[in-house]
Amino acid sequence: MTHEVPTVPPATVKCLVWDLDDTLWRGVLLEAEQVVLPDPIRAVITGLDARGILQSVCSRNDHEPAWARLRALGVAEYFVAPQIGWGRKSDAVRRIADRLGFALGTIAFIDDQPAERAEVAFHLPQVRCYDARVATTLLDRPEFTPTSVTADARRRRQMYQAGQRRADEQARFTGPAEDFLRSLELVMHIRRADAATLARVEELTLRTSQMNATGVHYPDRVLRTLMADPRYEVLVTTLTDRFGPHGAVGVLVLEKHPGVWHLRLLATSCRVVSFGTGTVLLTWLVDQAARAGAHLIADFRPNDRNRMMEIAYRFAGFDEEPCACRDHIAVDADRAVQRLHLVARRQPAPSTFHLTAPDLTAPDLTGPGYVGAG
Amino acid sequence: MTVPSDQEVSDTGDRVDTVTAELVRFLTARTGRAWPPDTDLFATGGLSSLFAMELVVHLEQTYGVSVRGTDLRLDNFRTVRRMVALVDRLRTGEPGDHGA
Repeated sequence: MTHEVPTVPPATVKCLVWDLDDTLWRGVLLEAEQVVLPDPIRAVITGLDARGILQSVCSRNDHEPAWARLRALGVAEYFVAPQIGWGRKSDAVRRIADRLGFALGTIAFIDDQPAERAEVAFHLPQVRCYDARVATTLLDRPEFTPTSVTADARRRRQMYQAGQRRADEQARFTGPAEDFLRSLELVMHIRRADAATLARVEELTLRTSQMNATGVHYPDRVLRTLMADPRYEVLVTTLTDRFGPHGAVGVLVLEKHPGVWHLRLLATSCRVVSFGTGTVLLTWLVDQAARAGAHLIADFRPNDRNRMMEIAYRFAGFDEEPCACRDHIAVDADRAVQRLHLVARRQPAPSTFHLTAPDLTAPDLTGPGYVGAG
Repeated sequence: MTVPSDQEVSDTGDRVDTVTAELVRFLTARTGRAWPPDTDLFATGGLSSLFAMELVVHLEQTYGVSVRGTDLRLDNFRTVRRMVALVDRLRTGEPGDHGA
C-alpha cells in the first residue's frame, strides 16, 4: 500500500479540490457513457459542505460535458470556481486558491492518479494531497473537522456564490458606484451579542485583520465577561442584500463612562469594506453618542492593514485634541494605541443601507448584559 | 517621488495642471459625472465619504505621498482644487498641519 499519509498541519482545510474521473465518480467520462456517483462519496460532498468547507473540481475533460454530468448527478451546485480543462493541475489548483482568496496551505487536492498528485505537490508543496482511495474517510479526519461550525460557516458556499453573482453584476454596472450600492438593497442589523452570536464575534475579531482598529483578538471568555458587565456593550452586525446574506460582518466593543463612551474595538469584515460598512457602523455610533450627550474616544493602533479604519475615524472627525473626558479613560499600557477623540454630533441616517439597531442611550434590560450586573 | 524645492514657478504650475487634469479624469471615470475643480464632491447628491476613502488611497498611490494625521480631513478632499493643493504641499515637503 502506498497511501499517502500527509503530515497534517493543524490548519483546517478550507477548500477541497476534487478530480472527477475515478475519484469523484466511478468511471472515465470520455470512455464510458455512464459514470456513477457512489452514495458514500455523495455523503462526503454534502458533509463537507455542511461543515463550511468549500469544494471545487479540477479535471482533465471538456468543461461542458463534465459540468453537465455534475448537474445531472445533482451535485454541481456544491462546487465553486471549477477548473475543468487540459492544463496543468497545479496551475488549476492555484487559480482556485486565488479565486477564493485562500492560502495554499488551506487547500486540499484529491486525485486517483499518483502522477497528478505528484505534479501538484511538486509545484504547490503547501497543498495537502490525498489518494482517491481515502475519499470516504475524509469526514473522519481532523483537518476536515472544524472545531466550531457557525451559522455563517454552514452557508459559506451560498455566501460565496452570492458574492460571485454580485461581482458579475457589479462588473456589468456602468453607473456611479453609489447607485450600485443602492441597487444592492443592503440591510444592516446591529444587535447586542448573545450566546448564539458570540462564536461569530470571536471569529470576526480573529479574521478581520484589515478593518480591525486595534488588532486585538477578543477570545470567547473575555467577550462573555464583557457581555455580563453592564458598563459594556458588545454589538454584532449582520448584513444582507438582494443576492443573499453576508453573515456577521462587524463587531463593536464599547465601554460606557459618564459623559464619554470608549470604543475599545471596531472591526468589520474585509469582504464588505467596499460597501462602506465600517463608516455606516461608525456614523450610527456617533449619532447614538450624540443622543446620549457623550463624547467618543476610539482606540486605534495603526498597522499595515487597517489604514481604511484610520481614514474612517479621521473623516468622521476623530482627532488627538485634548479634552477633559480623556481623564475617565485609563492609560493603555500599549503605547502604540492612539486615543482618538470626537465631540459627537447628530448624524443623518445612511443613504445606501436600511439599518436596524438597538437604542444605546436606554439601559439594556433584555440582553445578557444584565445577568451579571453587580 | 521627490520634487526639488527650487522649481520654477511655471514648473509648479504645469505640475498642478497635470494633477488637476488627471484627477478630473479619474473622478469622471469612477463616477460617470464631470467634476469642475471647485465643485463640492460631497455636497447633497454628491459622492459618499466611502468614495473619499478611495480618493485618499488613489492620491497616495498615484503621487507617492502619505496623507497622515490631521491632513486626513474630509475638507482636504472636498474639491479637486483642494486635493491638488494637498498633493502639491505633500510632494514639495512643505511643513503641513500634521497632527501629533
